[in-house]
Amino acid sequence: MSAVLRVSGVGKRYGALQALAAISFEVTAGELVAVVGPNGAGKTTLLSIIAGIQAPSDGRVTLAEAGSGVGTGASVIGRSKQARVGWAPQSPALYSKLSVAENLALFAHLERVADPPAAVARMLEQTGLRERASEPVARLSGGNRQRVNVALGLIAEPPVLALDEPSAALDPGQRERLWEFLVARAAGGTAVLFSTHNVSEAQRYAVRLLVLAGGRLLFDGTPREFLLQGGGPDGDLEHALVRYLREREPAAGAPGAGIGQARA
Amino acid sequence: MSWLLRKDLLILRRSRLLLLLLVVYPVVIALLIGFALSRAPSRPRVAIVDQSAPGETIAVGGQRVPVSQYTQQLFSQVQAVPVATREQAIADVKSGDVLAAVVIPPDIAARLASDVQQSQLEVLYNGDALEQSLVRSTLDSALAHANLAFSEQIQKAAGNVLGTLLSGGSLGTIGAPENLIGLTRIPSTLGGIVARQPHGHDRKELERIDAFASFAAQNLSVARHVLTTISQPIRVNSTLLHGRRTPLNTFAVVVAATLSLMLVCVLLAAGGIALEREEHALSRLIGTRAALISREGLIAEKTLLAAGCAFVLAFAMLAAIGAFVTLDWGRVGLWIAALAFGAAAFAALGVAVGVLAREVRAASLLAFLLSLPLAFLALVPAGSVSGGFYAVINAVSFVFPFKACLQALDNAVNDASPALGLSLLHLAALTAVFGALARIGLRNVE
Repeated sequence: MSAVLRVSGVGKRYGALQALAAISFEVTAGELVAVVGPNGAGKTTLLSIIAGIQAPSDGRVTLAEAGSGVGTGASVIGRSKQARVGWAPQSPALYSKLSVAENLALFAHLERVADPPAAVARMLEQTGLRERASEPVARLSGGNRQRVNVALGLIAEPPVLALDEPSAALDPGQRERLWEFLVARAAGGTAVLFSTHNVSEAQRYAVRLLVLAGGRLLFDGTPREFLLQGGGPDGDLEHALVRYLREREPAAGAPGAGIGQARA
Repeated sequence: MSWLLRKDLLILRRSRLLLLLLVVYPVVIALLIGFALSRAPSRPRVAIVDQSAPGETIAVGGQRVPVSQYTQQLFSQVQAVPVATREQAIADVKSGDVLAAVVIPPDIAARLASDVQQSQLEVLYNGDALEQSLVRSTLDSALAHANLAFSEQIQKAAGNVLGTLLSGGSLGTIGAPENLIGLTRIPSTLGGIVARQPHGHDRKELERIDAFASFAAQNLSVARHVLTTISQPIRVNSTLLHGRRTPLNTFAVVVAATLSLMLVCVLLAAGGIALEREEHALSRLIGTRAALISREGLIAEKTLLAAGCAFVLAFAMLAAIGAFVTLDWGRVGLWIAALAFGAAAFAALGVAVGVLAREVRAASLLAFLLSLPLAFLALVPAGSVSGGFYAVINAVSFVFPFKACLQALDNAVNDASPALGLSLLHLAALTAVFGALARIGLRNVE
């Protein structure tokens, strides 16, 4: 399957701090990719660069035009309506005084979606929020707010969706409903990248794992491959990740550490 | 941009407290100013304790001027509240029932008649420094008017005496000689008598008296003018060099409208842009490459929203105050231009403040802390502070929109200087500068 997103040698510096260094990978349509790593690993920075919220200091992010593979020219993000990356930040970016439907309609118009009312109806249906469409967002639970937040990222039907810790503030029931929704989107062909501290969640839903530490990509493969490489006999991904990072701790801070083990 | 504008108007409509404040605030300010200007007492309320004896007079030549004429003059300058005792007057001042009290002493006539001692009044007042200053200046003015009017009464009596001395007749006072000949008639009467006298010592003496009478008549006729000159040595004739004379009440209207325009504009613009950040929507709207709206577009939208709302409210306020104060509706086109340019400059300042503050409460606080002192500084009149400090105030006022907007609106409403075009140009430049500052502030949104 052809890649819909290519990240090539992306780096990000904040003054003297190197937040990301030489990150490269590709994502294909319908893939559910988890980005895991300790605090300060660069997960949010990487996802916001992919979403186009921040510009990289080095490298480039390239998206496939609709109906084609990844191009080799300049980045096309933001230049084509079809080529946008949907973005769902960790804190829901919603207007609390507007209703669910009004939030969706506003962003459908701002995204210049061809048929905004149809897009709103579709997202209400897919998120299961049709009954609460006219309710102000301020009155929604954290889980429902996060669903609207994700729906805003998907309103323009982007080929790639980037989510920053989407389940961080949700209870188990809300998490379950959110993942059902995201898995269904991936099954429909949307490439979904998400960051999380909940490694079991990544193990359960992601088909691919990106392990970041110290701004470097240490591992790129399936959860099973990760367990085989660094896991113990219990098959627990969280234990495996802790062990993996501990073993590489001295080297993780050094430039280029672990990059050789990355797939892309 | 239109969808974002619709969204903001919808949020504004649903923020009932804010909406109420935006509507009620200018209406209340307009009514307060209107009532204050139209119902303000023209004369201060002053308690007067008159301890002088009833019917007491002072003698001017052969005539008598009643002391009560002074108290009448004073009563005409203030809203007089007669009280019996000094203690009662003190109590009234302390309670705030009257602004001040004036005690007319029992020996006022004796002192006026003595030609040695000046008469003295006692003035009692209360309040803080500002109130004291206001009462003193108001009362000093009232007392000066009363003094002047009383001195005119005395001058008139003296003039009557001089007239009788010159032209003859009766002084009209009991005990004064009747049918006086008058100095001007002495030379002609005496001339006939002198002509009939033989040459000798007596004739020479009569000729000396005749010469003195002629000289005295000529000089006393000048004395009347001298009396007028002494009572009011210098008359003031003032000329305004530029523009039209601005009545204080219409200038107060302009100040009130500019203040309201500033507060509504700056608060709404600062809060509007800060709300985008607080709702975490800013990155979604203007993310580096996936921007749904350009940064310039966002700044323009927030400026338009705040300026539009504030313009409508300020115009409504001017119209409402127009019910109390006469405003020239023939200049309404100029009002609109001044309000529109002022609103744009204030809104651009508000957006810059909102970008800097990052969250709504901090933005509101910063907007207040920045706007009010700057408005206060712009109202400091020249000459009330040192030259150097006034230059600093002028420089600070120049880089913020309040003074320029005040001048533009004052010109639009009152035809005051400087020219409207200059102020509008100044406001347009400030709009561009604050817009550019807001744009720089929005460089990084992550």
